[in-house]
Amino acid sequence: MLAQHSTVSLVRPCFLSGSQVVLKIIKHYQEEGQGSEVVQGVLLGLVVEDRLEITNCFPFPQHTEEDADFDEVQYQMEMMRSLRHVNIDHLHVGWYQSTFYGSFVSRALLDSQFSYQHAIEESVVLIYDPIKTAQGSLSLKAYRLTPKLMEICKEKDFSAEGLKKAAVGYENMFEEVPIVIKNSHLISVLLWELEEKSTVPSKHELLSLSSSSHLEKSLQMLMDRVDDMSQDIVKFNTFSRNTSKQQQQKHQYIQRRQQENTQRQSRGEPPLPEEDISKMFKPPQPPPRMDTLLIAGQINTYCQTVKEFTSQNLGKLFMAEALQGHNS
Amino acid sequence: MVAGSAGRCGDRTDRRTATGMGGVSSAGRCGPCPRGGDTFTGPFPSCRFALFLAAAITPFLSNMSVYGPVVKIHPVVVASIVDSYERRNEGASRVIGTLLGTIDKHSVEVTNCFSVPHNESEDEVAVDMEFAKNMYELHRKVSPSEVIIGWYATGYDITEHSVLIHEYYSREAQNPIHLTVDTALQSGKMSVRAYLSAPMGVPGKTVGVMFTPLSVKYVYYDTECIGIELLQKTRTSPSRTNGLTSDLTQVAGSAAQTQEMLSTVLAYIEDVLAGKVTADNSVGRYLMDLVDKVPMIPAEDFETMLNSNINDLLMVTYLTNLTQTQIALNEKLVIM
Repeated sequence: MLAQHSTVSLVRPCFLSGSQVVLKIIKHYQEEGQGSEVVQGVLLGLVVEDRLEITNCFPFPQHTEEDADFDEVQYQMEMMRSLRHVNIDHLHVGWYQSTFYGSFVSRALLDSQFSYQHAIEESVVLIYDPIKTAQGSLSLKAYRLTPKLMEICKEKDFSAEGLKKAAVGYENMFEEVPIVIKNSHLISVLLWELEEKSTVPSKHELLSLSSSSHLEKSLQMLMDRVDDMSQDIVKFNTFSRNTSKQQQQKHQYIQRRQQENTQRQSRGEPPLPEEDISKMFKPPQPPPRMDTLLIAGQINTYCQTVKEFTSQNLGKLFMAEALQGHNS
Repeated sequence: MVAGSAGRCGDRTDRRTATGMGGVSSAGRCGPCPRGGDTFTGPFPSCRFALFLAAAITPFLSNMSVYGPVVKIHPVVVASIVDSYERRNEGASRVIGTLLGTIDKHSVEVTNCFSVPHNESEDEVAVDMEFAKNMYELHRKVSPSEVIIGWYATGYDITEHSVLIHEYYSREAQNPIHLTVDTALQSGKMSVRAYLSAPMGVPGKTVGVMFTPLSVKYVYYDTECIGIELLQKTRTSPSRTNGLTSDLTQVAGSAAQTQEMLSTVLAYIEDVLAGKVTADNSVGRYLMDLVDKVPMIPAEDFETMLNSNINDLLMVTYLTNLTQTQIALNEKLVIM
């Protein structure tokens, strides 16, 4: 799902110019996205040579049943037109989404990202994990579809043969783009000012040891996904069993036919017409492979996050041991 | 002394131009009024009067403390203001915009802002109000709880034009706040100040507007705090950039920070012991608390706790690795 480490360095990083993008995303989730709802928004910026620079963003309102007639496209158009007046880049270069415990691999994401990437090659989707951020470190990741996956989406060929042809596995679906934050001098001055004036003590959430509830939740989601996966596998097994049974039946039918024909010939009667076999034995529908791929990708992300989490916790535990050792 | 600057001046009447707001624009300098104590005609207060007062107050601003409601600002607002300042049109010396937020009984919280295009010259100022209204509507769709609570301008002083713009905003919101962000760093650092306007003067005769300063506080959500911490790191890197690190490097970073803090404390203690610095009782009490925070647990109990925790984590790692192998295998069998 994520490209291997050796290739990440080859992927050119995308730049976040100025801190307002990060802060706006954080604020948007904080105000509008309590609970497991997903908040989304659009990223604006420009493409410099082959590098992506994100300079601003604006949020999308939530979808509610009352505003069924709310026109999303119109909102976007109006917003961009207004922003153009104040010299803010109005080029859509991507979108952002918040995630709940790391679950974001879905068909909807794939489709949206494909349409963005089709228009602009460099566009990314920023995934912001607020719960992980609250634990101490800003969790903002940028993903892009691999060219192989783009090919498949373009041809809309999601069958097993299509996937096999393009050799897309769950590991080559998305590639992670490293993010670099760039600040101008004025913003640096602002940051100095904030540091001086700020009366809020810096939080050391990162070193807290009591984060087992987060681990529990992540594992629960992992288990759900694995259940989905096993259901999918069962479906596939039934399918392959059905196909092989059908093959056998076809064989038998053809053999019987041939036997009858030879018998009839020996008796001098005209042979029975060759019936269209494919019409008689309709091949069973192969289960969609794309969902399996997505589930596998999601399981992989969960596993990666859990492993990151456990490695951090191990480090913290060893630190606690050192502290205790000095005491006793 | 001040009343003389109000009133109708001979040359000012000729230069009265209407602005987009349909009011009197602030004129340029005019000479001393031929008649003192004249009544001022027109709906807007005398700008020179206000300017004089603002100028009189400015030297004292740095010493003023709590004065009226407290203005709580989120850092996202100031970052957006600085960004719009950097993108201003050629020739514009400052940018203005609307502030959105929520009003409490005792305080005002500014959570969002957007810039409004405007043109400013010696004689007149024109602000695109349609734009401001549209943007506010759009913003309201996303966060319906935010209301217009004032406006901001970059720059150090409050100019005559500010008074006019402030008049407009008082139509949109009651008691609007005026925020100035000193992006040109005139005072040596980027100071962010807030003002409330209050009418003053002799009613019926010469009236003016006084901008009273308010105390500014920065508030953060928890996640904002963490975001800001990361952004602070860009200050120290030479190219002003920073990548987002992950897992163990972050813990290592935090550990290094704690170590630094501990060494500062140790240096202080050594100084006190050597007699270089006088001991401070409150600091001593904090230190006692600090040492007490490490819990006294008998060694075997701690060993068991530590081992069980480590075992849990190792088990989880093993299981996740197993799951990953499983799906890789499944893929090979099923898809490829």
